[in-house]
Amino acid sequence: MIRGWSAVYYREALILRRRGLKTLASMCVSPLLYLLAFGWAMSGTLDDSPYLRFLVPGLAAMSSMTQSWAIAADINIARFYWRIFDEVQSAPVAPMGYVLGEVLAGMTRGLAAAALTVGLGLAFGVRPWCGPAFWLALALNSFFFASLAVGLAMRIKSHADQAMLTNFVITPMAFLGGTFFPVERLPEWAHTLLLLLPLTHATRAARAAATGATLPPTPFFLLGGAGVAAFVFAVRSVAKARD
Amino acid sequence: MIDLENITKRFVGANALNGVSLRVGAGEIFAYLGPNGAGKTTTIRILTGLCAPDGGRALVGGVDVVAQPTVAKALCGVVSQAVNLDQELTVAENLDIHGRLFGMPPGLRERRARESLERLDVADRADSPVRELSGGYKRRVMIARALMHEPRVLLLDEPTVGLDPAVRRRLWAAIKRIRETGATILLTTHYIEEAEFLADRVAFLDAGRVVALGAPRELMARLGDWAVDALNGEELRTDFFNDRGEAQTFGAGLPGPFSLRRVNLEDVFLRVTGRKLA
Repeated sequence: MIRGWSAVYYREALILRRRGLKTLASMCVSPLLYLLAFGWAMSGTLDDSPYLRFLVPGLAAMSSMTQSWAIAADINIARFYWRIFDEVQSAPVAPMGYVLGEVLAGMTRGLAAAALTVGLGLAFGVRPWCGPAFWLALALNSFFFASLAVGLAMRIKSHADQAMLTNFVITPMAFLGGTFFPVERLPEWAHTLLLLLPLTHATRAARAAATGATLPPTPFFLLGGAGVAAFVFAVRSVAKARD
Repeated sequence: MIDLENITKRFVGANALNGVSLRVGAGEIFAYLGPNGAGKTTTIRILTGLCAPDGGRALVGGVDVVAQPTVAKALCGVVSQAVNLDQELTVAENLDIHGRLFGMPPGLRERRARESLERLDVADRADSPVRELSGGYKRRVMIARALMHEPRVLLLDEPTVGLDPAVRRRLWAAIKRIRETGATILLTTHYIEEAEFLADRVAFLDAGRVVALGAPRELMARLGDWAVDALNGEELRTDFFNDRGEAQTFGAGLPGPFSLRRVNLEDVFLRVTGRKLA
């Protein structure tokens, strides 16, 4: 049922390694700019604590989201431009095997980006407590967004559709998912609305873990549940990705 | 080895395949000929599980490609019309990933990759990035990759399209050598000379239907051995003869210039459909 996942993952890992420093450097651009603009230039405090300490775990969650989601662009290029998806589909690889390989590749990218963001935070003097709960929150976040990316990459018909999805889904979520401000400070209706975003739960869990606060299990269950649903959606999308 | 039973496939607004039935025997080289849009690639895509038929059954080695897709796929090697190699990787890496996709263990992967590349005369480029290869090399690498897991059926979709004549002939030689391994080969093409040189049997496909089927010589013999082309007003008229002398005499009796040549498969297609292949 999952046969072939390692081949799919190996290919993505090989390409990631081939692109090497270029990819790692590109993963740093957004978090670095946000740290400079919001954390440094507009430095201040939030609830008597430096704003940077609030910002870094949120940026790590956001980076894990954007980089896991970025697997969709690679799948698109492989599918529409290089036609490599045809080679995978002609092989005895079940849809679940393909999805698992791609999702793990997306998670690898997401967690690498989060680790780089934490590293950048250290350079800015922030030392978050990155224990298992912190990484579990980011891994579940990456799992959800990588699965969603694979599923939607199979549904869209062109590169333009992909760019539109990013504009309408990922960009608003990056800004509204609690990365830059505490969503609890918004009006009740807006707060409730933003709780529908998986990133909101990832940032809350990662931030609580990073600051040593008491961790409720709810965000982990919500992220895990959403991730499983997105994974099933991805498997179904791959199975239907025939003309 | 390949059985198509009344296959139909409909895309929006058009029937791509309209009740196609044919059988390709083990060890046979079978050419699937037809103009662009006739349904050749759709047939290959159905056999490889890239496309589901709307009706009928497709079997590879007795395995239904819809009911047991992973079993059927393991029996097939596919060379698609578009170059679908990973351009960022080397030739060897492309083959290695193919071996992994087919569940081959490491030692076997390396050995088969080396053998396949040697068979196609591209072993010297194993460490070259694919993006640095010429079109002909890429085609040969694609065939080598498709052979890595020793498929019982090799599906070649327009394997020589866009290649210069010399490279095309080298590929033909390679395909002939592959047949010696016992593989069944189904190739689509719209190059008449390719089908004549390679195929044991051919099927002509037109507007989603098989309109003629048989050995090239047998199909051509139905028309004769010699053809005389001459202009009849604004139309090109072709007459067929069994005897060269008879054809020569006929041509000499025509009011204008004429050309005498051997009958080819294009004549067969023209006779059956009233249209040229390309």
